[in-house]
Amino acid sequence: MSANKTSRIGEETRVDKVNAELVTLTYGTIVAQLCQDYDSDYQEVNKQLDKMGYNIGMRLIEDFLAKSGVGRCANFKETADMIAKVGFKIFLNVTPTVTNWASDNNQFSLIFEDNPLADFVELPDDGRAQDELWFSNILCGVLRGSLEMVQMQIEAHFVSDVLRGDETTEMRVSLVRYIEDEMPPEEE
Amino acid sequence: MAAPPRHSTMLSISNGGTPQSGPNDKQTQQQAQTLPQSPGLRVPSNRKTIYDRHLNRSRNAELSRASFAYLFGEMVTYAQRRVTGIQDLEKRLNEQGYPLGLRLLDLLFYRSTSTSSSALSSSSTSSSPPNRPLRIITLLHLIHGPLWRLLFGRSADALEHSVSPDTPNEYMITDNDPLVNTYISVPREMSMLNCAAFVAGIIEGVCDGCGFETKVSAHNQPTEMWPSRTVFLVRFGDSVMEREKVLERSGVK
Repeated sequence: MSANKTSRIGEETRVDKVNAELVTLTYGTIVAQLCQDYDSDYQEVNKQLDKMGYNIGMRLIEDFLAKSGVGRCANFKETADMIAKVGFKIFLNVTPTVTNWASDNNQFSLIFEDNPLADFVELPDDGRAQDELWFSNILCGVLRGSLEMVQMQIEAHFVSDVLRGDETTEMRVSLVRYIEDEMPPEEE
Repeated sequence: MAAPPRHSTMLSISNGGTPQSGPNDKQTQQQAQTLPQSPGLRVPSNRKTIYDRHLNRSRNAELSRASFAYLFGEMVTYAQRRVTGIQDLEKRLNEQGYPLGLRLLDLLFYRSTSTSSSALSSSSTSSSPPNRPLRIITLLHLIHGPLWRLLFGRSADALEHSVSPDTPNEYMITDNDPLVNTYISVPREMSMLNCAAFVAGIIEGVCDGCGFETKVSAHNQPTEMWPSRTVFLVRFGDSVMEREKVLERSGVK
């Protein structure tokens, strides 16, 4: 599928809307609660966010397929385009840039110019949060969960975040393997 | 690019003069970390921070309703794993809403100031900044109208005062079809649960932020037409009721 056509699907897919700030604030309160519950053990908070995202991703993929009406991607490059231009466009109304492909075409980066989840956010000034917490880590889990449902095992993690004082917000996504068709994924 | 972000001065003030530098200056970072006091937050040099972003930028921004539903659903599921009963769960959701109320209050005031001044700038009338509500009714109207519109894109459906003479401190705000409950299916054995306790927490935060000590709870009051109709019971504390009498006598509106 051509890149243009992909962005057109992202632009034209109609979805029910809600005030963006309600989403931002709700996500913020989730992260804040985790930080409190895990006593500012940010590694654990990252893990929990990823887990929540995974749960979301498993259900979100169905919604994604139904809304966008797209079919199977021919290769991982197309998948990357689909994630950035259709998935993120539909669910977060942003289109991260796909870039930094590894030479084997199994690894790419998503660069986020905007990130609605992090609007209004400043990390705690405790000398640790900026080194340990990946505030938007739920997104990694969402990708992992949703791609697993379409037979792709991937690994995703943030490598930089403007909230940490980095110049960009970048997520690294790697394809681990295609899951064989006859093996239905077990429920968590 | 060469100019330092303007808030870096603010940061250094708040940290008692800790030297601030570019985010990539590793040496200073390490120095700062050895200091006993907090080293301050690093900021990107391209000014992508909350201080450089206009507070109204997301004012009319919209996001997918599904995204909200997924997040809220996860929030409830997560909370449920850590509590023992319905009351506990509602308390937890309420507590998660509360800080949002405090923040939304500031946002509401900030925005009502900026709109009224820009609306009036063409005329010669000088605009006065909106006052913090002093009386209960003004506060409740703020919640029923502007707060609801900010969060849910419409006003709440009803605002009532308790008719019982025993509970003059009780008010009710009704939402016929709360957005937060749209995608939550409550199991039969938990039929008392109302996840709009989250919204009750937001209301409580707004009231507290205005100086009105309050307890707010969400209750299921279904009707045939509105199966998920929810009533938010707002109970003001004694101190608020006493003050209300004094303000009434002195004619404060």
